[in-house]
Amino acid sequence: MSIWEYANPKKFIATTTPLVPWLLWGAIAILTVGLIWGFFFTPDDVRQGSTVKIFYLHVPSAMMAINVWIMMLIASLVWLVRRHHVSALAAKAAAPIGIVMTLIALFTGAVWGQPMWGTWWAWDPRLTSFLILFLFYLGYTALWAAIEDPDTAADLTSVLCIVGSVFAVLSRYAVNFWNQGLHQPASLSLDKEENVADVFWYPALVCIAGFVLLFVALVLMRTASEIRLRRMRALEARMRS
Amino acid sequence: MIPDLGKYAVEVLAAYGVSITLLIGLVLGSVRRSRKVKARLAAVEAAWESTS
Repeated sequence: MSIWEYANPKKFIATTTPLVPWLLWGAIAILTVGLIWGFFFTPDDVRQGSTVKIFYLHVPSAMMAINVWIMMLIASLVWLVRRHHVSALAAKAAAPIGIVMTLIALFTGAVWGQPMWGTWWAWDPRLTSFLILFLFYLGYTALWAAIEDPDTAADLTSVLCIVGSVFAVLSRYAVNFWNQGLHQPASLSLDKEENVADVFWYPALVCIAGFVLLFVALVLMRTASEIRLRRMRALEARMRS
Repeated sequence: MIPDLGKYAVEVLAAYGVSITLLIGLVLGSVRRSRKVKARLAAVEAAWESTS
């Protein structure tokens, strides 16, 4: 069996439709457990006080904001190389999820930054590249909406996605490239010495799993909707002609 | 029930309130759109079958 079989819209819908409710309810359950654990059952940080609880929303949403764009990049490259419509539609379906993730990361970052840094916003390398990534998300969605021919829209948005990937990578590594700004380097690390304390790490891990699962459930559901919309427009066009 | 958030209560509660609202909006919006598109496609397919 090849992964390209799922590029067949019917096969994609038949395979993913029964999975979506399980994934969605699983994501909601895991996210609820993670957030309740983080909010109610973790201690305050010595330096950051109770604002450390924002960590359980800020870090997973920021990770997802970047990784959703990377998923869109892969799907766009598949479209450009192999011309599978499902991949272009999957990239389109992922963008609104990425917008929400980026918004959550920006908002939680601002309300966390105010008490810790004394400002809601700074033109710091990571924050700025993240804001540009958000604008790319908006531009990507607007471009899909502005072009009538779906194949042309898929081509142009794929190119935009490749260009925007620079900022997705910058958002992740800006702190390392430019050793300046207010934002600290990554809090999570595979190195136990550098990673946050276990008391914060375990609930954060549950929240990250919840965010990932939520993304998978939503992107499958939204891709199926895009496939159905495409079929509907094709049938309407045939009926008109 | 709510833990003592001290002087940062507004910031922490705002972060949770806005984020959870956005997540719920995203899920409900996606589910509602999925149902609407399914129903519209079924109607168009029925119309297509009746004309062909």
